[in-house]
Amino acid sequence: MISAPDVVAFTREEELEDDLYREPPLPEEYSVPLFPFAGQGANPWAKVAGSKFTRDFILISEFSEQVGPQPLLTIPDDAKVSGTFDLNYFSLRIMSVDYQASFVGHPPGSAYPKLNFVEDSKVVLGDSKEGAFAYVHHLTLYDLEARGFVRPFCMAYISADEHKIMQQFQELSTEFSKASECLKTGNRKAFANELEKKLKDLDYTRTVLHNETEQQKKANDKGYYTTQAIEKANELASVEKSIIEHQDLLRQIRSYPYRKLKDSEFHPYEPECALDRADVGSDQDPAASDPAEPGETHLYTHVPSYTPKLIKAKSAKCFDKKLKTLEELCDVYFFTQTLDQLHHIERTFRGDVCYLLTEQISRALLKQQSVTNFLFEDVSFLHEKPPEKQYRGCQGLGQDAIDEKCLEESVAPKVIISLGSYKSSVECVPIKMEQEMEDSEEPKMSESVTSEHQENLDYLDADIKGSISSGESIEVLGTEKSGSGLTKSESQASLPVMPSPQAGRSKVGSRRTVSEDSIEVLSTCPSESLIPEDFKASYPSAINEEPYVDDDEGGLRFAPRVNPGVDDGQDDVSKQESLVQVDAACCIGKESPNFLEPLAELGQKPCEEDGVVRIPPQPYRPAEQGLRGGFPSHDGLSGGLLPYELDSRYLSGSREVSKSSLDECSDSTSYISSAASTCSDRTPSPAHLGSAAGERHRKRAGQNALRFIRQYPFAHPAIYSLLSGRTLVVLGEDEAMVKKLVTALSIFVPNCGAYAKPVKHWVTSALHLVDFQKWKLIGLQRAVSPAGVNVLHALSRYSRYLSILDADSKTLRCPLYKGTVVARLADHRTQIKRGSTYYMHVQSILTQLCSKAFLFTFCHHLHLPISEREPEESVVNRRMNFLKLQLGLANEDIKIVQYLAELLKLHYIQEPGRGGNPLLRFDYVPSFLYKI
Amino acid sequence: KSSVQTIGEEQIQNPYTELLVLKGHQDIVRFLVQIDDCRFASAGDDGIIFLWNAQTGEKLYELHGHTHKITAIAPFSSSDVTEEKTDLIITASADRTVIVWDCASGRQVQKVSCFHSTVKCLTVLQRLNVWLSGGSDLCVWNRKLDLLCKTSHLTDAGISALVELPKNCVAAAVGKELIIFRLSASNNGSEVWSILEVKRLVDHQDNISSLVSVNDLTFVTGSHIGELIVWDALDWTKQASECNFWDSSVQPDVQPEIKLSQSPHETSVQHLTSDEECVFAAVGKGIYVYNLQMKRVIACQRTAHDSSVLHIEKLPNRQLISCSEDGSVRIWELREKQQLPAEPVPTGFFNMWGFGRANKQANQAAKKIHENTPAYFLELVGDLIGHSSAVQMFLYFGELGLATCSADHLIILWKDGERESSLRSLTLFKKLAQNGDLQLKL
Repeated sequence: MISAPDVVAFTREEELEDDLYREPPLPEEYSVPLFPFAGQGANPWAKVAGSKFTRDFILISEFSEQVGPQPLLTIPDDAKVSGTFDLNYFSLRIMSVDYQASFVGHPPGSAYPKLNFVEDSKVVLGDSKEGAFAYVHHLTLYDLEARGFVRPFCMAYISADEHKIMQQFQELSTEFSKASECLKTGNRKAFANELEKKLKDLDYTRTVLHNETEQQKKANDKGYYTTQAIEKANELASVEKSIIEHQDLLRQIRSYPYRKLKDSEFHPYEPECALDRADVGSDQDPAASDPAEPGETHLYTHVPSYTPKLIKAKSAKCFDKKLKTLEELCDVYFFTQTLDQLHHIERTFRGDVCYLLTEQISRALLKQQSVTNFLFEDVSFLHEKPPEKQYRGCQGLGQDAIDEKCLEESVAPKVIISLGSYKSSVECVPIKMEQEMEDSEEPKMSESVTSEHQENLDYLDADIKGSISSGESIEVLGTEKSGSGLTKSESQASLPVMPSPQAGRSKVGSRRTVSEDSIEVLSTCPSESLIPEDFKASYPSAINEEPYVDDDEGGLRFAPRVNPGVDDGQDDVSKQESLVQVDAACCIGKESPNFLEPLAELGQKPCEEDGVVRIPPQPYRPAEQGLRGGFPSHDGLSGGLLPYELDSRYLSGSREVSKSSLDECSDSTSYISSAASTCSDRTPSPAHLGSAAGERHRKRAGQNALRFIRQYPFAHPAIYSLLSGRTLVVLGEDEAMVKKLVTALSIFVPNCGAYAKPVKHWVTSALHLVDFQKWKLIGLQRAVSPAGVNVLHALSRYSRYLSILDADSKTLRCPLYKGTVVARLADHRTQIKRGSTYYMHVQSILTQLCSKAFLFTFCHHLHLPISEREPEESVVNRRMNFLKLQLGLANEDIKIVQYLAELLKLHYIQEPGRGGNPLLRFDYVPSFLYKI
Repeated sequence: KSSVQTIGEEQIQNPYTELLVLKGHQDIVRFLVQIDDCRFASAGDDGIIFLWNAQTGEKLYELHGHTHKITAIAPFSSSDVTEEKTDLIITASADRTVIVWDCASGRQVQKVSCFHSTVKCLTVLQRLNVWLSGGSDLCVWNRKLDLLCKTSHLTDAGISALVELPKNCVAAAVGKELIIFRLSASNNGSEVWSILEVKRLVDHQDNISSLVSVNDLTFVTGSHIGELIVWDALDWTKQASECNFWDSSVQPDVQPEIKLSQSPHETSVQHLTSDEECVFAAVGKGIYVYNLQMKRVIACQRTAHDSSVLHIEKLPNRQLISCSEDGSVRIWELREKQQLPAEPVPTGFFNMWGFGRANKQANQAAKKIHENTPAYFLELVGDLIGHSSAVQMFLYFGELGLATCSADHLIILWKDGERESSLRSLTLFKKLAQNGDLQLKL
C-alpha cells in the first residue's frame, strides 16, 4: 500500500530533489504540500517555524473581572521567550476554555453564600494560527473582594509541539496540580486570614454601631425612632448578617482540608523545608492560623495582631478598586513556592518530547531492572523521593511494575503507563534535547516499547488520520477527577500512547486542509474516550507487518534491523547516503537564528554511530518521515534490536558523504556551546538542578572517553581492567590531565553498590590496599618529592592489584586482554563523534553485559549441582560452557561477566541494613607493559 | 648477599584470590587467636580486643577493658561435662591486669589486677582446667579466677614463654634459663595446689626466644643467637641442638660451640612450629626445616623474606606459611628434590679438572648421606601482599582462609575466591527461594 508518507518530499532546491521530481507525478491525493516555510530557506526540521515564540514557556493568566483575560506572568520571565507571541490573545483563548463547574454565590435555598470547592480543570488546547499548543490548568482562588469570592486563574504550559503536550499530559497534569495545590493552599490561608480580619472589622463595626444606637436611644426620648436610628438599626442588622455570612465562609474554608483529606487523591501542599519566618507574610493574624492545617499553624504565631477598622456601610464592589495581585492572594511564601515549582516544570519539560520520552522509558525500564541497574547506572535518581506526593495512579503502577517481571510485550504497554506517573523521575529528567528531532519521533519511541502488543491499532497512519480528521486544533479536556493521575483502572489504558495518534492526525489534517476551524474534544474521562472508536478503526495494517519494526507513521524507515544482513545494510547505506546529504545540505550555512542551534545538533547527528545514529532529524512534514533511521531501543525490547549487533562499519559507506559536514560541526563541545549561546532560542540542555551535573558529566565523560580510545592504542586492556574490577591507577603530574582521563574512563567502571561510583579523581598520597577496595579508578599524582617516591613504591608493591596508566609517559601496565567485548565497546575507528552518543553506545553494550551477567548469576545449575552427587568439576564445566557457548564470551570477557556476576550476587545477598564489607577480588595474572 | 626468592604475578597455586580488610584497631595488631571454627580474636597495642567472624569478616564484639597494650592472649574454651560449652578468652595487658572475657556475650567475666608485673604469657592447661600466667612469677589460676598457687619471684625480666609438658609439668623460659615446674594438686580434692621448681636448664647461651612443644616426648627451644635445642619432655635432657642456621652445609650433631659474628637479630629464632616429624624455625630472615629423626636441617630458605620472619606455621598439605616484618606473607611448599643435579660443592669446578683430589673422599662421604636420605627444598608457591607494615602474626582457618594481622593496624582475611564465589551463589539461591522464587525486589 502506498501512502503519502512513503513519498519523500523535499522542500529545498537540491539536486536530489530534482531527481525525485523527474519521476512521474503523484496522484493528487498522495501529494504532500510543500513545507510552508521553505521559501524562507528555513530548516524544514525547525518545527518552531510556525510559532511565534522561541521555546516552551508557562503562562499564568487571570480572567479579571475588571479587564477580562489578562496574562500575569510567564516563566521563564523573559520577553524574548514569548517573542511576538500574543500573550493577550492567547490568554483570552485559554481562559475561554474553562470548564470548571464553578458556582459560587447564593445557591437557591441557602441563606448564605456558599463556597464551592471546585476541582481544577485540565485542558489541552491548540491554536494553529499561533502555532501554539497548550496544556491549560484552570484553578480558582478565593478573594473576599472579588465577585462571588472567586478569581479564576489558569496556568498554561505552552509549546509549539503538540505531541509534547499530548504525550506529557499526565506528567504536566501532575506537576501543575502540585503547583496549583500550592497556590490554593496559600490562598486558603490568605483567604481565611482575610476573613478573620473582616470579621474583626465587622465585629468592631458592630460594636461601634451598637454603641451609637444605644447613644441615640438614650438621646432620643421621643419614643419613636428617627430615620437615622432606623438606618443605624438596619446597618447594624446588615453588619450582623454579614458577620454570620463571613463566619460561615470562614467555617467553610477551614473545613476544606478536612473534607478533602478523605479524598485519597488529595494531597495538601506541604512545605518541604523549614520555613523562613521572614518569608511569611507579616500581615498574618495569630488568630488566623488555620486550625485545619496544624502543620502550618506555628508559622504564624509571632505576627503582630491586627487592629480592626470600621467598615463603611456601603463598601460595594466597585470597579475602580485595585484587585489583589496573585502574590497577595496566596501569600508570599506559597507564591514563591509555586514559582519554584513552575520553574521546575519549565526545566523538566524543556526541549524535545522524544528525549523526554526516551528518558522516561529508559528510566522506567531501568527501574524494573532492580537487580542489575546499579551496576552502570546512576540509580540514585530512581529512588529519589518516589512516593512523596504521588497520586494514586502511581502506586497502582508501581505494583504493575512489580507484578510483571519480565519485559515482554505484554508488559510493555504498562511500562509506558507507568511513565505517566513516574513523576519523580520526570522531575529530574536531565533534559538534553535533540531539538531537531521531530515530534513524529515520539510515538515511535513509545511504540518501540509497546511494540506488537499495541499493534497497529494505535498507530494511526498519518495519511488516514489526515483524511479522517479535518480539525486542526484539538482540545482535550479532563477534569481533575480523571485527569489527576488516573486511578488505577484507568491507568491500565495506555494514556500516554493515546494522544500520539490523535496528535498526528490533527497535524496531518492541518497540513492538508488549511481550514481554520478547531475541534475540541471534551471529555471527562481522558483515558478511553480520547480517541473515538471510529478513529481507531481500520488502519492499514499492511505497513506494520513486521511487528518489531517501530513503524509508526507507515513511512519508509531505514531502521537497521536485527542482524542487519550485509545486503540489507548496503541497501540502507545507499539510501542513507542521500539522507546524509540532505542533512548536511540542510544544516550547513544557515545563519537564521532559528537554525543555529539545530545546526549544532544536526551537525553531530550523523556523526553518531553508523546505522544506529545515522538518523536525520525528523522533518516537520509527514512526507519526510520516510527518511529516517531506526532508533534502537537500548533495552533490546524491540525485538532484539541489540545495538551491539550493529557493527559500526556496516554503514560506513556513507562516511565519506557526510564527512565534510561532520568535520565542520564535529564534536567540539565548544562549538556547540557557542552555537547555543549565540542563539538564545530553544535553549538546549537546561541546567537541570539535580541531574544536570550528571548529564554534563556524561557528555564530558563520553567525549573524553572517545578521545581516549582514539589516542591510546592500549585503551582495550585499560577498559578491560576496569570492567573486570581491577583498579586502574592513572598516574600523572598534571592534575587536569589526570582528572580528564579519570572522567573519561569512569563510564566503564561498574558500581559496587547503589552508591557513588568507585572513582577517585585525584589522590596525592600513597595508596593503600584499602583504597583498592574502595576505588576502582584512581587518579594519582606523580610527584618528585620524597612523598612521591613513597607513592611509587606503594604502586610497585601493590602492582598485582593494579593496572597503571601512566599519563606522562603514555604507558599502561596491565594484564593482557584478548576478548571481543571491549573491542566493540571502544573501537578506535568508531564513527561516533559526540560524547553523549558515545556514552549511550557504551551504555548499551554495558547493559548487554549486565544482562549476561544477570543470566549467569541467576542460572541455578551453573553454580550448584543438579543432584547431590554431582561432582564439583561438572558444575564448573557447565559454568564455563555456558559462558563460552551460550553467552558467547571469549577469553577475558568471561572474567568481566564473572566479575559483574559477583557484584550482582553481593548486591543481592547484601542485607539492606548493613553496608557489607567491601571485598577485593583479584587474580594472579601477569601484567604487560604497553607503550604507544 | 643472596637476594630473596621472588615469585611472579602468576601464582597458580595460590588460592587466595579475595581479601577482606578488617578495620578496627588503632595500633599494632600483635595477636590473633582462634576461638572456634569460625571466630577469632585479635588484640594489640591499643588494648582493645576484637572478635571477628572469620567467614564474613564481621566484627562481632569490641572488648574494652585494658588501658595498656595487650601482652598475651589465650583462648580458654571449657567443654566441661557439667556445663554447656563456653568460650572464654584470657587477656593480659601491660596495665598489669588479666581479664577473662566471654566470647558469646562479648562481656567481661572477671578481671584480676593483683599482679606485681606485667603478665607476659598465658597458658591454659586444659587437662587440669587451670591456667597459668607468667610474669615475674608464675601463678596458677582456676576457671573461677581463684589464685591456686604461685611461685616466688623469679626474675624481673619475667617469664617470656611457657609450654605445657607431660606429667603436670610446665617449662618456662626465663632469660637464658629454662625452668621446669611441676604442678601438683593435693589428692583430697580440697583444691590445694602447689607449684614446685623441678629443674633449671642452662644450656642456652642467650635469651630463649621461642619455646614449643612438639609432642609428648619432645619440646624445642630457640634462642636469640640462633641456638635450637631439642629436649626430652620427660627427663628434660637435651636430645639435639642446632645453632649454625646460617651455615649452608648440613652438619648434624655439632655441638653449639662455634658462633660466627652474625648480628643476633639475623640469627634469632623468632618462632618455632612443628609437626610430628619436623620443627620449622623462623630464624632471622630465613626458614629452616629441622628433621627430628635425622636431627638435621633438611631444607632451608636462608632469605625467605626481606626482613625478619615473625611467625611461621605448617599447613596440613605440606605447605608452610611465613610472615615477616617486610609486610608480606609467603606460602612455601616443602618438596622433595628429585635428585641432586648439581650439588653446590664449592670445589666442584676444580674437581672436573682433577684438582682437589684430596677432598674427594670427603665429598663422597657427604654425598652418601644425601643419597640415602631424600633431600628437600622449600619452594615459594605464592605470596600475599596487602599489609603496608610488618605482619605480626597470622591464623590459618583452613578453607575459610587466612587471617593476618599487622603493624599497620589492619587485619586482612585472605580467602579462596572460587570458594567464596560459590558460597555466595548458594546464599543467593537460598535468598531467592526465601523471597519467593522470582519475585525479585529490592
